[in-house]
Amino acid sequence: MLGMSANSVSYNEQSSVESGVDAAQENSSIPASSSGGLFSADYKKNEDLKEMLESSKESLKLEAMKRIVGLIAKGKNASELFPAVVKNVASKNIELKKLVYVYLVRYAEEQQDLALLSISTFQRALKDPNQLIRASALRVLSSIRVPIIVPIMMLSIKEASTDLSPYVRKTAAHAIQKLYSLDPDQKEHLIEVIEKLLKDKSTLVAGSVVMAFEEVCPDRIDLIHKNYRKLCNLLVDVEEWGQVVIIHMLTRYARTQFVSPWREDAVFDENSEKAFYDSEEERRVEQSKPYIMDPDHRLLLRNTKPLLQSRNTAVVMAVSQLYWHLAPTHELSIITKSLVRLLRSHREVQYIVLQNIATMSIQRKGMFEPFMKSFYVRSTDATHIKTLKLEILTNLANEANISTILREFQTYVKSQDKAFAAATIQAIGRCATNISEVTDTCLNGLVLLLSNRDETVVAESVVVIKKLLQTQPSQHSDIIKHMAKLFDNITVSMARASILWLMGEYCEHVPKIAPDVLRKMAKTFTSEEDIVKLQTVNLAAKLYLTNSKQTKLLTQYILNLGKYDQSYDIRDRTRFIRQLIVPNEKSGALSKYARRILMAPKPAPVLQSAFKDRDRFQLGTLSHSLNSQANGYLELSDWPAVAPDQSVRIVEVVEPVKEAGAPVFGKSKPGKSDEKFYSDSEEEEEEEEEGSSSEDSSSSSSEESESESESEENSDDSNKSSSSQSDSEKKKKTLKNKKLQQQKPDSKDRKQKNGSAVKGESRSESESASESSSSESSSESGSELDSDSDSGTDQKKNTRSKPVQSKPVTTQVEKKEVSLLDLDDFSPAAVTTPKSSILSPSLLSDLQGLSISPTASALQASSPVFVPETSRELLHRMTGKGLSAQYRFTRQPCIYGNSMVSLQLTLSNSSDQALENIHISEKSSTGQNIHRFNAIERLEPQASVTVSMGVDFNDSTQAANFQLCTKEDEFSVSIQPAVGELLLPITMSEADFTKEQSKLVGMNESSATITMTPENVSSQSVNRKVVSVANLGVIPSSQENIHRFAGKTVSSGCLVLVSVALKDPDAVITINTENTVMASMLLRQFKTALTNSGP
Amino acid sequence: MIHSLFLINNAGDLFLEKHWKSVISRSVCDYFFEAREKAVEPDNVPPVIRTPHHYLINIYREKIFFVSVIQTEVPPLFVIEFLHRVAETFQDYFGECSESTIKDNVVIVYELLEEMLDNGFPLATESNILKELIRPPTILRSMVNTITGSSNVGETLPTGQLSTIPWRRAGVKYTNNEAYFDVVEEIDAILDKSGTTVFAEIQGVIDACVKLSGMPDLTLSFMNPRLLDDVSFHPCVRYKRWESERVISFVPPDGNFQLMSYHISAQNLVAIPVYVKQNISFFETGSSGRLDITVGPKQTMGKTVEGLVVTVHMPKVVLSANLNATQGTYNYDPVTKILVWDIGKLNPQKLPNLKGSLSLQSGAPKPEENPSLNIDLKIQQLAISGLKVNRLDMYGEKYKPFKGVKYVTKAGKFQVRT
Repeated sequence: MLGMSANSVSYNEQSSVESGVDAAQENSSIPASSSGGLFSADYKKNEDLKEMLESSKESLKLEAMKRIVGLIAKGKNASELFPAVVKNVASKNIELKKLVYVYLVRYAEEQQDLALLSISTFQRALKDPNQLIRASALRVLSSIRVPIIVPIMMLSIKEASTDLSPYVRKTAAHAIQKLYSLDPDQKEHLIEVIEKLLKDKSTLVAGSVVMAFEEVCPDRIDLIHKNYRKLCNLLVDVEEWGQVVIIHMLTRYARTQFVSPWREDAVFDENSEKAFYDSEEERRVEQSKPYIMDPDHRLLLRNTKPLLQSRNTAVVMAVSQLYWHLAPTHELSIITKSLVRLLRSHREVQYIVLQNIATMSIQRKGMFEPFMKSFYVRSTDATHIKTLKLEILTNLANEANISTILREFQTYVKSQDKAFAAATIQAIGRCATNISEVTDTCLNGLVLLLSNRDETVVAESVVVIKKLLQTQPSQHSDIIKHMAKLFDNITVSMARASILWLMGEYCEHVPKIAPDVLRKMAKTFTSEEDIVKLQTVNLAAKLYLTNSKQTKLLTQYILNLGKYDQSYDIRDRTRFIRQLIVPNEKSGALSKYARRILMAPKPAPVLQSAFKDRDRFQLGTLSHSLNSQANGYLELSDWPAVAPDQSVRIVEVVEPVKEAGAPVFGKSKPGKSDEKFYSDSEEEEEEEEEGSSSEDSSSSSSEESESESESEENSDDSNKSSSSQSDSEKKKKTLKNKKLQQQKPDSKDRKQKNGSAVKGESRSESESASESSSSESSSESGSELDSDSDSGTDQKKNTRSKPVQSKPVTTQVEKKEVSLLDLDDFSPAAVTTPKSSILSPSLLSDLQGLSISPTASALQASSPVFVPETSRELLHRMTGKGLSAQYRFTRQPCIYGNSMVSLQLTLSNSSDQALENIHISEKSSTGQNIHRFNAIERLEPQASVTVSMGVDFNDSTQAANFQLCTKEDEFSVSIQPAVGELLLPITMSEADFTKEQSKLVGMNESSATITMTPENVSSQSVNRKVVSVANLGVIPSSQENIHRFAGKTVSSGCLVLVSVALKDPDAVITINTENTVMASMLLRQFKTALTNSGP
Repeated sequence: MIHSLFLINNAGDLFLEKHWKSVISRSVCDYFFEAREKAVEPDNVPPVIRTPHHYLINIYREKIFFVSVIQTEVPPLFVIEFLHRVAETFQDYFGECSESTIKDNVVIVYELLEEMLDNGFPLATESNILKELIRPPTILRSMVNTITGSSNVGETLPTGQLSTIPWRRAGVKYTNNEAYFDVVEEIDAILDKSGTTVFAEIQGVIDACVKLSGMPDLTLSFMNPRLLDDVSFHPCVRYKRWESERVISFVPPDGNFQLMSYHISAQNLVAIPVYVKQNISFFETGSSGRLDITVGPKQTMGKTVEGLVVTVHMPKVVLSANLNATQGTYNYDPVTKILVWDIGKLNPQKLPNLKGSLSLQSGAPKPEENPSLNIDLKIQQLAISGLKVNRLDMYGEKYKPFKGVKYVTKAGKFQVRT
């Protein structure tokens, strides 16, 4: 085989030159013939295609491939072109290559040997620097269903699963499923890869790997434990298709891991769970312990809720079913609106949603009752939509709304769509049996319908009336009479049979009419349908038993007719009846009981919904839709009686840190993390009531162990949600503070280890460190002060503290802070700082899902290269009635909070009186979190004082507005930060820089070319200009004409990389950061700075 | 997940097939054809069909059936939603989604389908990403391509694919920066014979056309956000801020997109802009009937009602209509039995009226039910719910964009029972 194709390759080389011209000529003639689409021309055309493929011209090859794809699309066979096509697999032309891929995937299975020729190309492409090429090579390689290459595929998947590009890793996740379906024996190895990929923090990968998990090893729930919280937190940022898959998986997971939240629920337990509940009931009595929801269970519910607003109907449905299967009853109502909203969507979507609502509405009428009108039928709806709406309306019917519903049904009965009218009649029947108050009304209405001109309507009415009458026959002999009168006009056999059955069953109520009906039937017996004949025989038998005088002869006649009927069913029945009712010597004991056999009271049929037991399937699944188990359906398990160990979901972060090879002091103690977790879970109960956003900050599950930084974040966050500061939140805060205090000893230890030059007790440190001297815990002071700004108790502390520090930032503190910052850098938590609800256009929330954790290790915060001395005016002495204020950015990490920008405020008194009690009012007009300086008790005339404060600008240049107050006055002031001040410098190696930069390409990169003024060209001046505009660290550069700077945003910790490449006389400024808003602002400032001459 | 896709036109011709896993014979579609035949109307084909070995999930759009083949359990809405996305992508690329355009662009269609699914699982469905991978055909580009031999296929991974805002391309640049928002509300209503409202609700969408350079961050706020009790958003909208502040904050996709949709449910009072007085009757003898329809303004908030059209699906026995319209034109199609009365602008001084006789098939019984009327209308410069956009702010970019908001109210499924 190999030899042969090698021949053809060489042939190709020889002939390509000449054939190119020929083929080009032919090319013009081909379209004409192809448009004719003659079958006879097929063979010849393929020859042409082959020639075109072997030509040297790319355009011809492309044209040929396009036509081949056209053939494939039409379902025509193009497999004979395989050798010619496969040669182009290494083409440079990317479109041609793609089309070859399409072909290859389609036919490789049929031409396995030839397909192998292409493998080496893919193997080479797997090493390509372009991630798109790597990914598509893996995609195609794994799509070739050739068993021989299984080992190669396995190897490639393993390699790709550690690729730097998340896109390639995503492709690897897809390839897992393909390999599994090709060779299920690889399962164990594939599970290893899945396990690895499940740990991936990229939102891009999450959906695909969960899909692979569901396909390959859905029973390995244990793989999910450690990733559970991460998946919950990533969910919002995962692409929509991945969301659906993850939600379905998590639903299954939650049903195995948490206990039922439905215990107190009396309405719901009418179902199969009955036994389960009973046993639960006992247990509860024993323990008399109220149900407490597992915080992880709550986490899932909370994080899926926003997805109800998704535009993707599949996502909304997935969340709805999750709530249906997992949420406590009283929370279920939130899905109603969203489901009703979906009813405006396409016909097919409506169909599925209505099916699910139908199932839900059986168990919980209350959920959808307020939306009853949304299920009203329009004449333009498709029939199956109409029927489903009818089903739901029937389910929703109760004593209160039945009159409205019946009025609505009246319109439907008249519908031109007769199948629908018939369904309506059945629905009326169901309402009549379910709600006894309206049984009579319904019955009368149905009787009126008997005079309808449409046959199906009448027939359906008869059938329904028959069922209704069975429940209370004695009162309705006139209805039976009426039906007997109509009998001649009804031709639908089912209806005729029903009337006959009614006659027979209640012949005693209509003693005069029944024999007459039998007489009529005897006349037409031979021309009736089988079902009618059977009922005629039955009627005859029953009448014979009750009224033999009148009907004996008729019965015999009918039995004789039946004896010679064509249908064996009827012959059988006749024979049986004859033996049963006509006494003769041969008939045994049975005939004595004939009356009791035939006239036995029969239970009334129960009219119930077709969706009655659909809930045995998980909602939203294919199986539910079909009402039968589909292939690969995974059963939803019952709640466990006792929750399995919850600690399995606790994640230790040590791992990623180690992996990244970080310095040791980022290590956190696992023991502490445990403690943290439990205290957190206790709190949970309070939080869940108010739905606070504090948990949202924990985008990265790993941060749990970082108790210190985490708690800071938490409190930060609760401050930010200040728009709705409630009492309960304050309570929570105090709780948190308590918790912090518990941890104090631990952190003290650690600080000593950090060796911050203080050998004594932490007291000494606390004095220098912060103005909250009353607080004994210094290490927490930062975070505590952070969290205080609104809480009353903390405020008191603040006012108690007296002294005015001119410069509270001592070197000691700075050291400590630096180490704190470092710590943040090492943990992924630093990247995922809390979401802000403040008016800040930062893309922060969008960025949460993206993780750059493994690389963040190389970053080190550094001290600012340049601190501008210029200060800006905050308050002029004229407007400030003597008080003037100036501020400047210190460019130091802020001691009050990691996300704050540190500011220095100089207040001077130019009046001739002392100013008293200078402070910042607590009312902050904008949403920023401001750390105020402590009130200055007294400022003598002509004296000035310098204080420092911190403002969390949230990486936005929006001005912070606040009130500067003295004893008598209030002055509104505002600080507008330059974008460059929102950064903190970091250092890293040049290699790290380029690595990081290569990750932040595309949309995250903005660049501009400028013409430099001559005096700016020197490297010093560039450096000076850049660092004066923005607080960035200078990265040593090996190239003389490229200058690199690095920093991170203060609030979100986004990396900001700036490089200036000098090309005389031009310079290219490139900024790489995820915070694109900031990038464009920075760029503009650099441009002006570097083009302007002057210092 | 999705195994194969077949496109079938209304006549039952299978004109395109695509397989993402091993090939499934097109004979599987026979089950579909069977169901199709049984359903009579294409709308009545059940979306999920079971066959012995596969499941067929289909949608019907623009006279094409998109039939997908499924082998194992999958949420049906997942597939349905995806198929609609495919149809929308075709529409986006070729201007319309029809059999002829799909056949004309079969290579691009195939390339698109290849990118959209990998092994049956959606890979790239965001139109911005797809457009970077495969450029949409334009006349100019196809000319250039035939001459230069360059291709429609992008060589690098679209930037959006890796970004957390996949809906926006990098490096967008416009000379005129503009952002327009259309607030479109549709009234869904059922009125009964006497003109009382059986059911009415408002479905609104905000369509946006944003052509802004760079990476703008927009905030849209409303005067009365409380009106909106149920909303769904484009993925670009930050849900948190909506929850806390009731403003819509987003980094917009480039070009046209639907920013949000909302639903003002039947519990609220909905203004009905027109009333209809109608009298349709069929006589027992003489196989004829009479029709008399008058439309008048009701709650129009002082605006003019335009584009008024009344559509009546007549019973099968109606052969022809001999009517007289005081305004606009009417047309009765005896094949589809649809009567369309195109009124145009509604003049409150002189109410439009349509009156005349209907002739029925002789001998046939008179129709049971009177046909219901479907009303179509349009009111410019009005959102019937009263929703008002307060302001649009832009952060992140320094230029001043042109901004505009337009309000339109339309009739959605507006039906008058008779």
